[in-house]
Amino acid sequence: MIAEAGLAALWLASGLAALQFLLMIAALRRGADVAGAMRSIAVVQGALTLVAFAMLLIVFARSDMSVALVFENSSAVKPFIYKIAGAWGNHEGSMLMWVTILAVAGGFLAVLGRRTSEHTLLAALGAQAVLALGFYAFLLFASNPFARLFPAPPDGQGLNPLLQDPGLAFHPPTLYLGYVGLSVAFSLAVGALLTGEVDSRLARAMRPWVLGAWILLTLGITAGSYWAYYELGWGGYWFWDPVENASLMPWLAATALLHSINVLAARGALKAWTMMLAVIAFSMSMVGTFLVRSGILTSVHAFAIDPERGTFLLALLGIYVAAAFALFALRGASLKEGAPFELVSRETGLVINNLILSVVLGIVFVGTLYPLFVEAVSGEKLSVGAPYFNAVAGPLALVLAVLVGVGPLIAWRRERRPVFKQLTIPALLGVTGLAITIILWPQMHILPRLGIMIAAYLAGASILPLTGRNPLRAPLATWGMVVAHFGIAVALFGMASNAAFTSERLAIAKPGDVLSVGPWLVALADVTPGAGKNWTAVEAELRATRGDDIVTLHPETRYFSDPPTETSESAIRTFWNGQLYTVIGKEDQSGAWQLRLWWKPFVTLIWAGGALIALGGALALVGRLWRIAWRRRSPETEWRRERYA
Amino acid sequence: MSRAVRFAPLALLLVVIVALIWRLATPTDSNVHSTLDGKRVPEFSLPAALPEKPALSSADLASGSPHLVNVFASWCVPCVTEVKTLQVLRHSGVRVDGIAIRDRPVDLADFLARNGDPYERIGSDAESKVQISLGSSGVPESFIVDGKGVIRYQHIGPIERSDVPMILAKLEQAR
Repeated sequence: MIAEAGLAALWLASGLAALQFLLMIAALRRGADVAGAMRSIAVVQGALTLVAFAMLLIVFARSDMSVALVFENSSAVKPFIYKIAGAWGNHEGSMLMWVTILAVAGGFLAVLGRRTSEHTLLAALGAQAVLALGFYAFLLFASNPFARLFPAPPDGQGLNPLLQDPGLAFHPPTLYLGYVGLSVAFSLAVGALLTGEVDSRLARAMRPWVLGAWILLTLGITAGSYWAYYELGWGGYWFWDPVENASLMPWLAATALLHSINVLAARGALKAWTMMLAVIAFSMSMVGTFLVRSGILTSVHAFAIDPERGTFLLALLGIYVAAAFALFALRGASLKEGAPFELVSRETGLVINNLILSVVLGIVFVGTLYPLFVEAVSGEKLSVGAPYFNAVAGPLALVLAVLVGVGPLIAWRRERRPVFKQLTIPALLGVTGLAITIILWPQMHILPRLGIMIAAYLAGASILPLTGRNPLRAPLATWGMVVAHFGIAVALFGMASNAAFTSERLAIAKPGDVLSVGPWLVALADVTPGAGKNWTAVEAELRATRGDDIVTLHPETRYFSDPPTETSESAIRTFWNGQLYTVIGKEDQSGAWQLRLWWKPFVTLIWAGGALIALGGALALVGRLWRIAWRRRSPETEWRRERYA
Repeated sequence: MSRAVRFAPLALLLVVIVALIWRLATPTDSNVHSTLDGKRVPEFSLPAALPEKPALSSADLASGSPHLVNVFASWCVPCVTEVKTLQVLRHSGVRVDGIAIRDRPVDLADFLARNGDPYERIGSDAESKVQISLGSSGVPESFIVDGKGVIRYQHIGPIERSDVPMILAKLEQAR
């Protein structure tokens, strides 16, 4: 009954979405007064999808094997948390989660969206309903999560053991919240293009959504990168895999949007460009979902491969994005650009930021899809890997990191002060960093060397906006910007350090052997069997010593029974100046074991930087929302908005 | 903003969509085709991998009837399951020869005793030289060689049960 209730809720929600769309047309065409009705419908629609999703969680929690999806992706002996996570660790469940977030976001937009004109909001709600409608159809006709099996099998087939990891249980929901949060920006942009009200009010209404989605995307990408790092046991944190790129592309677009939206909010400029970015950001989310779910690109992440579903998703993507682009092409001409700005101004800085981010986005997009096109033209099979992306996107990212230090110091509209004078100390920091690397490590590769230099410079430059005033009186949004930009410096330093200083050791060792890696001496003490709830394992005991530090690590290889798979559980020990990363491989005939050891100085800073960037976003979001609430309480301060926005 | 600029994203999108539709519509061929397809097996003469089995040379392959040449090793895990499928092929009258890559006689004998032995001849390729000249990049891989010693098909990865009809058909074509 539970599965049927979930299915019924989905059907009802899709009916409401259709109604919501029709009401939008009535409102825009005839000026019908349907605002209240549309808001209520959007809320109820969101609630119904929540009900459907809750039903899915219940059938997974109860291991109801009569539901096909549970049978295929769960097993009765799994730990409870992975039974729940199994609900979205598969194609149908993750699409239901996608739709749920989409509809709930629509509901929140209906309740909270009072900053745009009523007309634009209704148009946006209509657009959101159309988006949801397509994905309801996809669920109901092409990937029903509630399909039954008869007779019910006794036990299920299990969840991919790689996914049985606490990090991964929460990684997809975070990313999806980010992906789908961008749908609101898309809908607002479409709504505004329909009504022609592209102005700073719209930008302010859109900004919290973009910020929120961007924070979650940042967190999701950072967490996913750490998961790949410790779970896959390759010692790398980013592989330029198509699925990783699929999450990076919306993030790049959202980052650009986040910056251009400030220009629109503050100065009423960059109207067309910002609308374009809002459309592209969510389009990239859909492209990402399509790439992952259609299996069109082979990838270590390819979970579901089904050309029929791929076609359905491609049709949705094509219709939505083409409609938005067509709307942009038809209405773009009527957009009047706002206040003009001079060459040296904050606006110009943000335009350059947007240009570089867009070029990087283009590079990633082309690199990800290039193998498809080459095969289309010449039939040749190839793959585009890290060397291309690092060589092409790396230098651009470094240029951007340099400019990140400059942009926030420039005033809006026009800058007459000598800005570069303020950058003396950061520049000295950078030069010092460069000099140190040249003296101590003359052999270092050029990119990590530049990375260290720019990280040192940016660490100094990023905090400049807080100097020369009382930092405690600076707006929270400024603090957010400073923290996020400082986070870039931190992550950059971690990446450069990892690239330049990692020591790696691959060896065959018998118990009793001692290996050296970086400053560490690692002894293989023993190898013992172990077992968990649904796996057996071999576990090595490693004693690592460095001066007075003595630590014990236990890397494992786990063998899961259903489905039969083995995973390597790396053992990682974190120190203030790096991580010791150990993996145990196979045993050879003579009783010796393959061991892989890495010493990775400051590698943790990569994810610490990612977390700081997200924290900066969170501070900015809180600052913006608090300011909205404060303004609502005291309307007499309306003039401040005009002055300080 | 000029008209061309405004319509550019739409045009670009349509190109991408068309390419993606084309890609979805064409069945994916995940097989890698050997550049040696249709060419003669390179000259080689490998010593016997086991004392009780004959050795393998390129001359043995041009014997008038098609052979399945399996590149394998006792240390290769997928080969354990594949060797059982090879026995199925053997029982349907296929001549299966092996090239053991970087193997030791003791391990090889143990592997065959434990998993079954479909091979007529096994050559020992201790340094992967023949494997490389055949254009094989890993184990297991299999080649269908016709009676004149010409490579007709290269199969990368283990031959699964489901591949058996396809392999038999290819062998029939090579006859």
